[in-house]
Amino acid sequence: MSVGIVSYGAYVPKYRIKIDEIARLWGDDADILKSGLMVYEKSVPDVDEDTATIAVEAARAAISRSDIDAKRIGAVYTGSESHPYAVKPTSTIVAEASGATPVLTAADFEFACKAGTAAVQACMGLVSSGMIDLGLAIGADVAQGAPGDALEYTAAAGGVAYIIGNKESELVAVIEDTFSFTTDTPDFWRREGMPYPEHGGRFTGEPGYFKHVTNAAKGLMEKMHTKPSDYDFAVFHQPNGKFPSRVASMLGFSKEQINPGLVVPRLGNTYSGSCMIGIAATLDQAKPGDRIFATAFGSGAGGDAFSIRVTDRIEELRDRAPKVEELLANPVYVDYSRYARHKGKIKVA
Amino acid sequence: MRDVAIIGVKNTSFGEQWDRSFRDLVVDAGVGAVEDAGIVGEKIDSMFVGNMSGGQFVEQEHIGALIADYSGLAKDIHIPSTRVEAACASGGLALRQGIYAVASGIDDIVIAAGAEKMTDVPAPKASSALAAAADREWEGIMGATFPGLYAMIARLHMHKYGTTSEQLAEVAVKNHMNGQFNPIAQYRKPISVDSVLRSIMVADPLHIFDCSPITDGSSAVILAPADIAHEYTDTPIYVKATGQASDTIALHDRRDITTLDATLAAGRRAYSMAKMEASDIDLVEVHDCFTIAEICAIEDLGFVKKGEGGIATQNGETAIGARIPVNTSGGLKSCGHPVGATGVKQAVEIVEQLRGEAGKRQVDGAEVGMTHNVGGSGATAVVHIFSRNR
Amino acid sequence: MSVARFWRNQIARYNLVGTKCKKCGEHFYPPRNMCPACRRDGQIEDFKFNGHGEVLTFTIIHTAAEGFENQTPYVLGIIKLQEGPSLTCQIICEPESVYIGMKVKPVFRKLGQDGERGMIYYGNKFIPEQC
Repeated sequence: MSVGIVSYGAYVPKYRIKIDEIARLWGDDADILKSGLMVYEKSVPDVDEDTATIAVEAARAAISRSDIDAKRIGAVYTGSESHPYAVKPTSTIVAEASGATPVLTAADFEFACKAGTAAVQACMGLVSSGMIDLGLAIGADVAQGAPGDALEYTAAAGGVAYIIGNKESELVAVIEDTFSFTTDTPDFWRREGMPYPEHGGRFTGEPGYFKHVTNAAKGLMEKMHTKPSDYDFAVFHQPNGKFPSRVASMLGFSKEQINPGLVVPRLGNTYSGSCMIGIAATLDQAKPGDRIFATAFGSGAGGDAFSIRVTDRIEELRDRAPKVEELLANPVYVDYSRYARHKGKIKVA
Repeated sequence: MRDVAIIGVKNTSFGEQWDRSFRDLVVDAGVGAVEDAGIVGEKIDSMFVGNMSGGQFVEQEHIGALIADYSGLAKDIHIPSTRVEAACASGGLALRQGIYAVASGIDDIVIAAGAEKMTDVPAPKASSALAAAADREWEGIMGATFPGLYAMIARLHMHKYGTTSEQLAEVAVKNHMNGQFNPIAQYRKPISVDSVLRSIMVADPLHIFDCSPITDGSSAVILAPADIAHEYTDTPIYVKATGQASDTIALHDRRDITTLDATLAAGRRAYSMAKMEASDIDLVEVHDCFTIAEICAIEDLGFVKKGEGGIATQNGETAIGARIPVNTSGGLKSCGHPVGATGVKQAVEIVEQLRGEAGKRQVDGAEVGMTHNVGGSGATAVVHIFSRNR
Repeated sequence: MSVARFWRNQIARYNLVGTKCKKCGEHFYPPRNMCPACRRDGQIEDFKFNGHGEVLTFTIIHTAAEGFENQTPYVLGIIKLQEGPSLTCQIICEPESVYIGMKVKPVFRKLGQDGERGMIYYGNKFIPEQC
């Protein structure tokens, strides 16, 4: 029995702020930042957008792309580190606004930037076991970064939804296998009630991102007896442009393999959406039979690796919902003052 | 059914009255009307008070009893006192209820009053209270404000009929021109079209000078059977007609956004009851909560053709001395708009005009006058016709 | 708005579900439980609107309603849905780009919130069709 992706849908707010504009405010050198981060602009949510609205838009895009009956969805899991409520699920909002309620299970996931892929894995399990027909797994964030912190240059907004099923004829991609590598590594966190995350600076690199991504990726390839050259595409968590490029070369993947899914230079880091939007962007252009290798990373820390094989059905569904490239096109650029207002950094009344 | 006459009237001054409370204002208007009629409290059979939102403006409900109490009509005389509410048409409806009471033969001397104390809350709270006159669940929750709703009427009126911002401004200019001669008016100085257009935008295309202000004030009239009116006054003013109508609470459900069907229906009922038509009316007080509202009103009441309210105003057809003087009091715009009082204040203005007591704003030879009072964005309208002649 | 009061109409707000009178064929959004034309003879059933509509009229609000102060200037419009009824809603677009007759489609957004501690209200707003 195969398990895989029945449909997918992405959502990115239409506003962007350029790195130069943020650097202008703080007196930083934008050129150094851009070449260091390999990020040039990032998405900005509208004043009335949050993780729930982004998750709903992504879920609706996924449902309309495949024309499935939303009532078939038996589980809704939304991964995010910016759930609008500390207590009260985002996933119930998504389920109701997708027309999937009431016969389903739902919960919110949090594992820094890999909560969305954890949701995918949970849905894979439920679908494989026959507990549910279809599962809706979402990664979405209006990413937080304190003003003036390095994160502010990349923390972006966006989300993506995957409908996971097990009927071979319905799948646009088969998830051949998944493998996770997890340790307790405090490289990045946000305490209860605090508005912005804290991070360990360079500690987020080697002991965090690189250790967990490489171990998860290698673990999956060892388990499956595959190697980088078996894959047409590769996607890695994209906190900036540099980390995924470096980890790709560490693992033996080429620039050509990662480029189609490398959306961070124009999108920024959508946290829980990051790797999953990269996978969506890759599905947008993959051919039937193509294989995609993907590894998400979540601080705290863990890596989720996936081996994905695209099916013939991709051609049928691809154009039925906005592609990531279309969502990135024609943005509306905002200055820092409007950005501050959109992000709720200006309190009125 | 008995004919009804107005034998006494009184407006308090309108404006920001920091030193006067809600009850001070109503007692002032009520006592003034009683004195004008030359009656004593024991003669009063009942009282109707128009008040939109005591609950939100002064956190006081049970307005009827409160006013009877502070007017000295509760403790010993125990008169029946009833609050009437229909948002900004509360005053007009209180008057109508008073007319019913006298016409029915149940009561002889009735006070119809209206009052609102709007400045005891901050302006945003006042705006929010007023927004309760629209559909809270399907307009208010979406961010609709009252200026916003009338702005959408104005936008479509401009689109359909070519009405201009200048024409809207002319309404405000004309009403300020009239209001400068009204001793109770909130704003008593003329303004120019340019100053309206240069005032801040509230809800495009409506500027702040297109909007009526937030006002404290109260008005009262004394009603009596026409047969005995001459016992109290040499110049009773007769109620020739009362017409009321309802429409959908939300603007989006209307047959036509630019027509207040409630005004059409209330006007039709009033004209029919008075056996009159628009050409019989010498002057009219219409509900100009926003400049566009006056344009719609003079169209929907039949004084100008639909779509020509703006150009007619610009051409001066609604000024004092012209074909149909509109809002000689200064209207809601210049005189002020204490929402519960406005419908009664309009009647006071018409009575003063028909008595020939309106001073510099007097319409020469005025015999028949009309009032037009609207609740919300047009969900309630009430029209009255008054005459010097029975 | 209290939690229960919002929640009561939540499906209508989330998914543009209104009602339809089976007897006369009239559609209602916001939903009505009595057909104004057929009254007691009407037969009301739920109806999900397709969301496509056009701007009947609009305003750009500069002085905000309470709770909307951080959004000014914002576009408020009356949208006529394809199936007939009209509703009042924010239109998410640059104020200078809106016009009467503009085709619009729904988008899921925050409608408001009860301060920093209270409930967040979600529902549909509208965006230009070619957005």
